[in-house]
Amino acid sequence: MATAEKYVGGGVPRKEDPKLLTGQGQFLEGLTLPGMLHAALVRSPHGSARINSVDVSAAAAAEGVVVAYSGADLADEWAAGLPMAWPVTDDIRIPDHWPVAQDVARYVGDAVAVVVATSRNAALDAAELVEVEYGVQEAVVDVEAALADDAPRVHESFDDNKSYTWALTNGDVDAAFAKADVVVSERYTQPRLIPNAMEPRAVVAQSVPSTGDFTVWSTTQIPHVAKVLFALTLGIPEGQIRVIAPTDVGGGFGSKLNVYAEEALCIALARRLGRPVKWVAGRSEGYLATIHGRDQIQQIEIAATSDGDILGYRVNIAAAMGAYLQLVAPGVPLLGAFLYCGCYGGEAYHFECTGVFTNTTPTDAYRGAGRPEATYAIERAIDALAREVGVDPAEIRRRNFLPAGDMVQSPGGLAFDSADYEPALDRALELLDYDGFRSDQAERREGGGSRQIGVGFSSYVEICGLAPSQVLASLKYAAGGWDAATVRMLPTGKAEVVTGSSPHGQGHVTSWSQIAADALGIPYEDVTVLHGDTHVAPHGMNTYGSRSLAVAGVAVHNACDRVVDKARGLAAHLLEVAPEDLEYEAGTFSVKGVPDRTKSMPELAFAAWTAHSLPEDSEPGLEASCVYDPPNFTFPFGTHVAVVEVDTDTGAVDLVRYIAVDDCGPVINPVIVDGQVHGGVAQGIAAALYEEATYAEDGTLETSSMVNYLVPSAAEFPSFETDRTVTPSTSNPMGVKGIGEAGTIGSAPAVINAIVDALSHLGVTDVPMPASPERVWRAIQAAQGGEA
Amino acid sequence: MIPASFDYERASSLDEALSLLAAGGEDARPLAGGHSLLPLMRLRLARPSLLVDIGGLDELRGVHADGNSVVIGALTTHHEVAGASELTGGSGLLARVAEGIGDPQVRHRGTLGGSVAHADPASDLPAALLALDAEVTLAGRDGTRSVAAADFFVGPFMSAAADGEIVTGVRVPKREGWGSAYRKFQRRAQDWAIVGVAAVVNWTESGIAGAAIGLTNMGGTPLRAPGVEAALVGASEKAQITAAASKVSELETPPADENASSEYRVHLAQVLIARAVAEAAGCPGMQSG
Repeated sequence: MATAEKYVGGGVPRKEDPKLLTGQGQFLEGLTLPGMLHAALVRSPHGSARINSVDVSAAAAAEGVVVAYSGADLADEWAAGLPMAWPVTDDIRIPDHWPVAQDVARYVGDAVAVVVATSRNAALDAAELVEVEYGVQEAVVDVEAALADDAPRVHESFDDNKSYTWALTNGDVDAAFAKADVVVSERYTQPRLIPNAMEPRAVVAQSVPSTGDFTVWSTTQIPHVAKVLFALTLGIPEGQIRVIAPTDVGGGFGSKLNVYAEEALCIALARRLGRPVKWVAGRSEGYLATIHGRDQIQQIEIAATSDGDILGYRVNIAAAMGAYLQLVAPGVPLLGAFLYCGCYGGEAYHFECTGVFTNTTPTDAYRGAGRPEATYAIERAIDALAREVGVDPAEIRRRNFLPAGDMVQSPGGLAFDSADYEPALDRALELLDYDGFRSDQAERREGGGSRQIGVGFSSYVEICGLAPSQVLASLKYAAGGWDAATVRMLPTGKAEVVTGSSPHGQGHVTSWSQIAADALGIPYEDVTVLHGDTHVAPHGMNTYGSRSLAVAGVAVHNACDRVVDKARGLAAHLLEVAPEDLEYEAGTFSVKGVPDRTKSMPELAFAAWTAHSLPEDSEPGLEASCVYDPPNFTFPFGTHVAVVEVDTDTGAVDLVRYIAVDDCGPVINPVIVDGQVHGGVAQGIAAALYEEATYAEDGTLETSSMVNYLVPSAAEFPSFETDRTVTPSTSNPMGVKGIGEAGTIGSAPAVINAIVDALSHLGVTDVPMPASPERVWRAIQAAQGGEA
Repeated sequence: MIPASFDYERASSLDEALSLLAAGGEDARPLAGGHSLLPLMRLRLARPSLLVDIGGLDELRGVHADGNSVVIGALTTHHEVAGASELTGGSGLLARVAEGIGDPQVRHRGTLGGSVAHADPASDLPAALLALDAEVTLAGRDGTRSVAAADFFVGPFMSAAADGEIVTGVRVPKREGWGSAYRKFQRRAQDWAIVGVAAVVNWTESGIAGAAIGLTNMGGTPLRAPGVEAALVGASEKAQITAAASKVSELETPPADENASSEYRVHLAQVLIARAVAEAAGCPGMQSG
């Protein structure tokens, strides 16, 4: 046995928690440097406006202010606009995107000037003194309105508001629909969502004018990627930029997977002023200036037999990009493009997506990125099909599941590893007591009261482990999908793991410690994990898309194996036997048949460090690296079940039970996996019931704070019931898949399906997200023939 | 966000507070628990030049019975109101309302007087005070006065308190023998009410002998529903209460916002009035959801 699994699979306490729970987290807002200045941005209050003039003189003269600049004043700072790294088609329209707008402000929140002062308060106060003369223009905020022929154009240089159209066809779609007994055609809205990481964004940039070196601290998910893109945006040699994502970054959910105006701006200001410059977002400022998610209109058609066997799929999406293209925004719908058939079969598949500019905060990847949207559409539509053909919703899923197996071909074009969908559904039904539920439901309906109950299912499959670099190339993604690790035995027998992932709440320090401790046979406490600093961890593709374990974690695992290999050679040398005569278990090499002749990993670490006696051709030290580029994605799956009670008098929805049965393969730490499921499910339920960013016609963000952007709290949720099936992935040697987004991906359709189920006897077939009490009440009124 | 700059004084007596406010002019504001004013300042929607902290004035704290009334000091926290044994009969409504405000932290800092002075039509206490025919007591440089709750709330975030006056407390009739209920409809546990209904009901063997209904967030001020109240008198069955509740549609059209249209607010008010009245009546056969 190569590895005694002492820690992997166990719920060891998270190494990160004691300091977070006792207020000792090291967050960026706490960073102060000598001579540091503070930047405050002036942001356009108009959805679309020409910038006729910017007068910063009063602000510049204010107490504590060092300097104030308009966008034009800073124009020569940029070697390139803010980067967009996923040009999904050859003819995609990519607008200029300057960190501070120069001629036209295209959304409420678009920066138009910056004030730099000796304190944050002075900068904020003086920012109110900047006088901007705007030529207000008509704005367009709705994705479908933006596609109209006479819509105001977000970018005058383009003929219309389309950025791109991307399409995918597998099989003979027309033939599949022609022979279908039934076709269900559904239209869904994916509301715009505002990511709410607990820590708002912040950046500090420091320059050393004499050397031209820069250090940038940023609350980013992607320090390595950002380093490359800062170099390109600011024209600074890459080797002279060091990017540090602080030890503690308080969440991201994709909102920190970007290169933002404020990051580029602080670097530019530090370069101009020769002093460190800091910017910290307020919560409401973040609502304007940090990417949003979703905002799509979906059309989905399913062709099926009268028994409910699915033949084909047709999907058409209009996806809001917002006013500019942020880092990977055009590719977000593509992450769901292959999943509008879910975990179901069929002969043919067509998907088409148009990216659309609107005068709104740019969108980009938000937890799940493309997969929640796809899962919502197929899981709602399959319920519609179930109603159409009169088949139970659990049964119609079972009937259409792809067969169990490895590399199972999906109509969407992907080959799913580790497919085995029925056991998760069965387990969920068992936890629910499905028959008992239906009997309770019938009783309620019989009673005719105002409290009716419903159940909703969502059997999802999703894509993690981003990504095989060659596959990314075929999707025109501008970077690779590998990740890196170095594992180093220290002279005292401890180990140092350097990872290319950049944790911001995921618990990589804990999980990577578990992996390394087991592989190296040393105590969990003896592993240190270094991350997030490009000078310490030179290589990485960082953390997003539920990729860290299946890519960076596997790199740690493989690097550990290489350390053990090197240690074996050294042990053989010291024990004067052939390497193949050694057995390795739990950090100790022993001579086969002579179990008391051993060398432990700490002994070998010390011997490798002193280098007093090494095998021929061996170098001192005991360390190894791995850059792992996965051969395939991983495809976690599961079945989620929501039970709701709906007050038919008021439309209020009470989520009574939530059951999540997920399959993310082997689990490194069940506490962390449960935490990811809980948080993910909460975010999906939030989309289903509470959260929706709305704009007034003039481009004003109406939901400008948590008062009216309804982020739910623990009080809004029942205790989640979680369970797992374990089907190892064949895409990596650990069999692991990913769980960071599954909860968000699976949950929203389960909740809406449950509401529809609760009201189906009243004739309700749809309630839009978020299912506010008024929307539910109106759906009931409409189904009952009322005027609502 | 960070508030715009302001001066801060902590008063050691009511007289000193009134002097400081007078000296500070119209942009001076008293500060009690800070749970309404400070959030507005952080958003820079409120920019007082001077805050006069009255939090140390123990004379404004506490609940005590006074004959057929209960007097509550302005600095009494929601938590203290929620647990006040003096609030018996119909006045128990205030305790029910206070225990549902915000979260425990808010209830331990936020004060009754602050909530009253803030005059937010979406706050819960004003509608309850209105339903109870409470009086608001005010102190100014020229002495003290009492204003009926019905006259105190004059518009959104506007009250009959003059510049420089401080709300010192409320006087609430006990309404012994009456029952009460508060039905608050919200999307999240800590949200302001989309609609709130305070009901105080005198239930007798022959049905409802008297009722007062206070409405939260159904207009620019807390509202009474006189048509509903009149129709409730004599009602003894659920259907009669439901019919009486429908009279709420006679009121001026309520506001619309991102949580509710006007039409839905009226509908909600009807449902909640019927439920609140049934609960306040305390008659088992009257209970609905």
